[in-house]
Amino acid sequence: MDYLSRYWAFMAKYNVLNAFWVNISLTLAAGALALILGTIAVTMRISPVSSLRLASTFYVNVFRDIPLTVVMVIMASVVWMQLNVSFSNDFHVDFYILAIIGLGIYHSSFIAEALRSGINTVPVGQAEAARGIGLTFLQSTRIVVLPQAFRGSIAPIGNTIIALIKNTTVASVTGVSNETSSTMQAAIEMGPQFIFLIFLTFALGYVIIVIPVGLLSTSLSRRLAVKR
Amino acid sequence: MVDSGSYELFDPVGVEPDFNPDPVAQMINVQKHFGHLHVLKDINLTVNRGEVVVVIGPSGSGKSTLCRTINRLEPIDSGQILIQGKLLPQEGRDLARLRADVGMVFQSFNLFAHMSILDNVTLGPRKARKVPKAKAEAEALALLDRVGIKDQAKKLPAQLSGGQQQRAAIARALAMHPVLMLFDEPTSALDPEMINEVLDVMVSLAKEGMTMIVVTHEMGFARRAADRVVFMSDGLILEEGSPEAFFTTPQTDRAKDFLAKILHH
Repeated sequence: MDYLSRYWAFMAKYNVLNAFWVNISLTLAAGALALILGTIAVTMRISPVSSLRLASTFYVNVFRDIPLTVVMVIMASVVWMQLNVSFSNDFHVDFYILAIIGLGIYHSSFIAEALRSGINTVPVGQAEAARGIGLTFLQSTRIVVLPQAFRGSIAPIGNTIIALIKNTTVASVTGVSNETSSTMQAAIEMGPQFIFLIFLTFALGYVIIVIPVGLLSTSLSRRLAVKR
Repeated sequence: MVDSGSYELFDPVGVEPDFNPDPVAQMINVQKHFGHLHVLKDINLTVNRGEVVVVIGPSGSGKSTLCRTINRLEPIDSGQILIQGKLLPQEGRDLARLRADVGMVFQSFNLFAHMSILDNVTLGPRKARKVPKAKAEAEALALLDRVGIKDQAKKLPAQLSGGQQQRAAIARALAMHPVLMLFDEPTSALDPEMINEVLDVMVSLAKEGMTMIVVTHEMGFARRAADRVVFMSDGLILEEGSPEAFFTTPQTDRAKDFLAKILHH
C-alpha cells in the first residue's frame, strides 16, 4: 500500500491526463486529415482518368510501404529542418502540425485501401444506374457509391483509426514531447523502481481509449450495413 | 410524366400508329468486341419516335449489349450511335446530359440501396436537372402513384418485393422525362407472379406513346405492345418485322428453332 501511495505521489509530477489528451487530439486531427485524403485518393483510384488512377496507386503504395517512423523523421528533419516549412514562430506548434500531417498522410493510404474494399462491396449496377439517370462521375461517386462504400468498410476503417490512436506515440519522433510515450520515457528515467506500474498505467490508458472505439465500429458496421 | 405534346396518343389500343420517320435512336454499322468475342456484328437499327421495339434472341446473342451501348454503358469499337440525330458523346458532362434523356431499366433493378424509394426517384431530377426538392418530390409521388407504389415511398428498396422495386426503377427513369426508354430484361429477375405487374406498367407506357427498346423473353409483351420485333443471334440482327409476322412466319432457321424452344413448353 505504501508502495502504491509513493507511486501515486511520484506520478503527480507528470501530467498523464494531458499527455493522453495530446495523443487524442493528434488522433482527431490526423484522423480527419486521413479520411479526407483517403477519400480523395480512392475517388482518383476509381475515376475514368487513367493518370489520376496511376497517381493514386502510386501515392497509396508509397505511404503504405514506408515505415511510419521514417515518415515522421522526414517530417521533422527534411520538411522542417531542410525545407524550412514552418507554420508559426513557436517550433512546438510546428512539430505538432507536422506530426498531424505525417500521421494523416500515412494513415490516409490505409483509409483509401479500406474504402476501396468497401467500394468492391457496392454492386457495379449502382454506379451504372447513377450514370444512367445523368449523374456525372463525381456526383455518382459522392451520392451513390461512397456512402455505401463507407458503410461497407466501417470495420477496416475502425481498425485503421485504432492503429492511428496508438501510432500517435510516434509523434515523439517529430519532437512532440508532451505526449504519452515521451511522458512515459521521462517517468521511467526518473523512477525506475516504478517501471512496472508506469508501463501498466500507460498501457491501461490506451486500452481504455481503444475499447470504446472498437465497440463503436463493430456496432456501427452492423447498424449501418446496407441491406440488399 | 411524359411530354404529351410531342407525340400522338394512339387509341384505340392495337391500331398501328402511322410513323413519320423521326428517329430517336439510330445505330449505324456498330461493331463491338469483348476480347476475342465479336458481340455486335455490324448492327444497323433505327427506332422512331413513339415506336416500341422488342429485341429477342437466345442468351449470349448480344441483345443486352446492344441495349447498353445506346446510352454508352458499353462503349463501341466502331460505327455510330445517334440519339435524336446527335452523335453519342464521349465520357464527360455531355454524356451525362445525354444519359439524363435516355431512361434505363435494368434486370437487377439497381435501386440505390441506401436511399428511400422517394429519394431514388428524385435524385436524378434534383442533381442532373436542378429541379427544386418540393417540385421533384411532388412529381415523384405522382409517378409512384402511377406505378402503384405510392405508399412505399418512404421505404428502402430492400423492403420492397422485386416487382415493386422494378416499378420504382421505372418511375425513377420516367422522372427524367426521357425521350427513349431502354429496358434490359426487366422481368428476368422476377418471381413469376410479379412479372405481370411490371409488364402492365410497360404496356401502359407503350400505349401512351413512349419510345421504347425492350430486351425481353416475354413473348406476350412483344405481341401486346411491340411495333417491331428484332431477332438477334450471335451478334447479328437476323430478322426484323412486325410481331405478327415474326411469330407466325419466322424467316430464318435460327428464329424458327428459337421460337420452337420458347413457345412450346
